[in-house]
Amino acid sequence: MFKYLKQLTSLVAMVAVLFTFTTETMAAKKSKTLKNTQKKGFVRCGVSQGLPGFSNADAAGNWTGIDVDVCRAVAAAVLGDANKVKFTPLSAKERFTALTSGEIDILSRNTTWTLSRDADIGLTFVGVNFYDGQGFMVRKSSGITSTSQFKDGISACTNIGTTTELNMRDFFNSKGISYEPVAFEKADEVVAAYDAGRCDTYTTDKSGLAAQRTKMSNPDDHIVLPETVSKEPLGPVVRQGDSVWEDIVRWSLNAMIEAEEYGITSANADSMKTSDNPAVKRLVGAEGELGAAFGLDNEWSLRIIKQVGNYGESYKRNIADTGILPDRGPNELWTKGGILYVPPAR
Amino acid sequence: MDLKLQKIIPQLITVLVVVLVFGFFTYNAQINMENRGIDFGYGFLSQESSFDVQFSLIEYDGSHSYFRAYLVGLLNTILVSVIGIIFATILGVIVGVARLSPNYLINQFAAFYVEFFRNIPLLLQIFFWYFAALRALPLPQDADAMLGVFFLTIKGLYVPAFIWENLNVFLYSIIAAIVAIVVIRIHARKVQETQGKQLPVFWISVGLIFILPLLSFLIGGVSLSFEIPKLKQLATTSFIYEGGVSLPPELIALTLSLALYTATFIAECVRAGIQGVGKGQKEAAASIGLNPNQVLKLVVMPQALRIIIPPTTNQYLNLTKNSSLAAAIAYPDLVLVFAGTALMQTGKAIEIVSITMLTYLSLSVSISILMNWYNKKIAIKEK
Repeated sequence: MFKYLKQLTSLVAMVAVLFTFTTETMAAKKSKTLKNTQKKGFVRCGVSQGLPGFSNADAAGNWTGIDVDVCRAVAAAVLGDANKVKFTPLSAKERFTALTSGEIDILSRNTTWTLSRDADIGLTFVGVNFYDGQGFMVRKSSGITSTSQFKDGISACTNIGTTTELNMRDFFNSKGISYEPVAFEKADEVVAAYDAGRCDTYTTDKSGLAAQRTKMSNPDDHIVLPETVSKEPLGPVVRQGDSVWEDIVRWSLNAMIEAEEYGITSANADSMKTSDNPAVKRLVGAEGELGAAFGLDNEWSLRIIKQVGNYGESYKRNIADTGILPDRGPNELWTKGGILYVPPAR
Repeated sequence: MDLKLQKIIPQLITVLVVVLVFGFFTYNAQINMENRGIDFGYGFLSQESSFDVQFSLIEYDGSHSYFRAYLVGLLNTILVSVIGIIFATILGVIVGVARLSPNYLINQFAAFYVEFFRNIPLLLQIFFWYFAALRALPLPQDADAMLGVFFLTIKGLYVPAFIWENLNVFLYSIIAAIVAIVVIRIHARKVQETQGKQLPVFWISVGLIFILPLLSFLIGGVSLSFEIPKLKQLATTSFIYEGGVSLPPELIALTLSLALYTATFIAECVRAGIQGVGKGQKEAAASIGLNPNQVLKLVVMPQALRIIIPPTTNQYLNLTKNSSLAAAIAYPDLVLVFAGTALMQTGKAIEIVSITMLTYLSLSVSISILMNWYNKKIAIKEK
């Protein structure tokens, strides 16, 4: 009797080992990054060093922002819990190296999608979670209301290692204005120097200007000029070479945007399972086998919507309600006059 | 034979291990870069950089190459290092001597200065001088002129520019003065050795260095005028100074903090050097009839320098390497321009970091070689 029991236990153990082994190799075949993430139990996400509305940590160390929500969505899809994310704050200069060297698995740090970045340096952009453009901020008291009033000798504070530096040159060159670029490594130092009066204007993405304005000693003293001098589609980035992981991140973002399109929110997601619309049912995991393609279960997108919310909820919570950019502008759904348009999840 | 082999084998193993470790890292980097589709190569150096730099010693804008951007960064690093070393040395020598002053107030003040500045992290000092001191500076339109021509503002220090006519004649006159001084010194030494007479070399030198350039103004057709910075309005509350030369506040803050910080260490080297010369040496020198000035110049300093130079070399190297903290306050040095912006725009991390490391290595080694040469020159020459 005892002998059989012993044999039985070893058999069970063997089966268990075999089972974990096979499931693991299946996942591994699909994606090394996915496998590692599941093994570690958290998603490694690179964010900014503090940009309100996009990725910003409060005093307790809780990260919020629409860039943060992309990583949370991936964690919800892959690990079942949107809080299982390890955030690594990165400067503009460090961000790509951190990603290509494998220190992080997603870079969600208001990063502009450009050809050279996508093609050249071992990165793949998976989509756009914020359509932005570069603008200029000046002191109200300067009386400047348009970039056409800029004069020779103007000094402009900005960050190094960004497309901003290049756009700034293109802009001033095209206008034939000589300027003094003052480029810092960290955004906080740019703000401090501009605020102190070192520069006449502060230039970066308009969303960044709106967010950083809240950090100035007196935000009402500054205005963002109406002109937009460049296209800055910001979005999450992954390493080249893991197409399954790339798909997971891409569709986690797409699911949030499509959920908004179909009116699925964190509050009503469960009840949508009985919807008449097959597209809605697919998004909440009540129809189709969409998750299997990534090696995930079928409720991956349901978890994203329930735990993180749809894109509109994320935008409202992080950017509109915080007073950074109440008007969604181009970041409105295509059905409502914006340019947010994602391929269908089917 | 056996003994020889015993000596060689451990060395061979060490070399092998080093080669293997190096090979492993190279191979690893190669595989990883291949997997991620990153090309390796230095071809990017000739591409157009397309970014501008705030402050440059050579002509540069975004239409130049990345290599040119590298030179801009390198020259800015050298500039801040050289100015920093000069100021740190002057201040260090003064403070080091002051610490030995019999005057209580002076030596205590020097001691306080040393302890205060060497015990605060350099980065904090840089931030202090840049952000705290900068905020206190006036805006260009509120700045009062110093001596009527200098303007210290939040946007930098504006100084008059020199406008020369026949500058070359003036330079020749200085060169002629220097050559004359050298000749007179050699002659004076000969006179002293053969006749025991001392010529007033110092006063002759001072005279020459003033009189010859002055003559170039009077009869050489040299003239000098100044271009004084003028306030220019950009917008209602936004002004700059035009004309003259402007020194960016980043350069001023960085030089100031580097010099103040490194001077404390140099001061200690100087103090150690002077205290390291035996009391008997001074007494012996005095007893053969040298005056206090000659005691210092002919007996104490030559011996003290031997103690001072080697540790001071380290401080020069530290200052040069510390100048890379410039990136924190937007001074466009090698790290900010090349290992910062250029790295980001090209994504060539391994290439750019390796070039930057090699550059700092070469800079440091050059300073070392120069200082070692000087050290050897003043070392005891045993006959």
